[in-house]
Amino acid sequence: MYTVDYSKPQEPRLAEAEDGARLAAFDARVAADDFIEPKDWMPEAYRKTLIRQISQHAHSEVVGMLPEGNWLTRAPSLRRKAILLAKIQDEGGHGLYLYSAAETLGVTREELIEALHAGRAKYSTIFNYPTITWADIGAIGWLVDGAAIMNQVALQRTSYGPYARAMVRICKEESFHQRQGYEAMMVLANGTAAQQRMAQDALNRWWWPSLMMFGPPDDSSPNSAQSIRWRIKRETNDELRQRFIDATVPQAEALGLSIPDPELKWNEATQHYDFGPIDWEEFYAVVRGEGPTAKDRLQARIDAWEDNAWVREAALAHAEKQATKQAA
Amino acid sequence: MKNITPIWEVFVRAKNGLSHRHVGSVHAADARGAVEAARDVYTRRMEGVSLWVVPSNAITASDPGEAAALFAPAEDKIYRHPTFYVVPDNVKHI
Repeated sequence: MYTVDYSKPQEPRLAEAEDGARLAAFDARVAADDFIEPKDWMPEAYRKTLIRQISQHAHSEVVGMLPEGNWLTRAPSLRRKAILLAKIQDEGGHGLYLYSAAETLGVTREELIEALHAGRAKYSTIFNYPTITWADIGAIGWLVDGAAIMNQVALQRTSYGPYARAMVRICKEESFHQRQGYEAMMVLANGTAAQQRMAQDALNRWWWPSLMMFGPPDDSSPNSAQSIRWRIKRETNDELRQRFIDATVPQAEALGLSIPDPELKWNEATQHYDFGPIDWEEFYAVVRGEGPTAKDRLQARIDAWEDNAWVREAALAHAEKQATKQAA
Repeated sequence: MKNITPIWEVFVRAKNGLSHRHVGSVHAADARGAVEAARDVYTRRMEGVSLWVVPSNAITASDPGEAAALFAPAEDKIYRHPTFYVVPDNVKHI
């Protein structure tokens, strides 16, 4: 995944020498598929990797509400609007499950949010693309949530207990997201010529960014090997990407839409689809925040946090007043 | 730490007849807020009929590092299990 620096002054745990016996016992537990729980001893690098990955995942869920929120007031029917509202609420919930899992590692949600707002923490690059037509909402559910499911199903067996449990809960809810998106695409794909064009255009724009969601190829993904060894990640970026392509191509065919990749073809020998090269330059540019909407996304998060500070403060003041009253 | 909203652990009873089970945590200024947040976060699909919220800092947990010593007394008392006792095959319903 991407780099995030949670530099905290003076980590007392780092100063503590991590003795070899504890490390060996930890490695053995992980290798035996035991789950690691919050109060268990763990190597500092394991803790940091988890905080980085879980918080980045949480930020992605929360930022992911923004491109969809763009269409809430313009959803084409009351049914679609209710569905979209429910989906967006789920994304907020997923963010909260994940922040909650990250907090078991000894960080506060406030610190994590501050890292996002200061630009030290990343979120999925996919949310830096604009949602310019209604078909984009269908394509996001179908492709973006579809890609997320591939990743998250594998993470249900991640070695850190609270993260794995959050994933189980998220996966249960995520299937609705993908199916509602596919259904919205189906309506467009079976609609007027203009609606069909809109659906194809959305697929054209979301296909490659969705493939990039799985992260850089295995040979240039520096953290992958260690994460696999610690069973934080259970499958590599390339394995998951291939599985997503194999599952999605027939779904596109069923819609009568074509995948925007001239090199895509079924390989009888490997029993997988071969596909064309991915433009990783674009990916890294978007990671660096050069996406068309990156600045807007982050500003929207910061505004939401700052403009609503008074609500948090008022709630705390009220709670304090009630507590004082009760004590008196 | 004045602006840190407290954390509450959330327990959900899936249906009557089952006990409450830990599902995760929420942030809230007070207990009522925690119940409302827990409802929104953990029961959007009828996952429960009852909620408990407990301030996280009110929970005292055993130390996993000392689990071996803590649970050792239970380990060597195998006579607490029914299979410790040998009963002839022709004796039934026991």
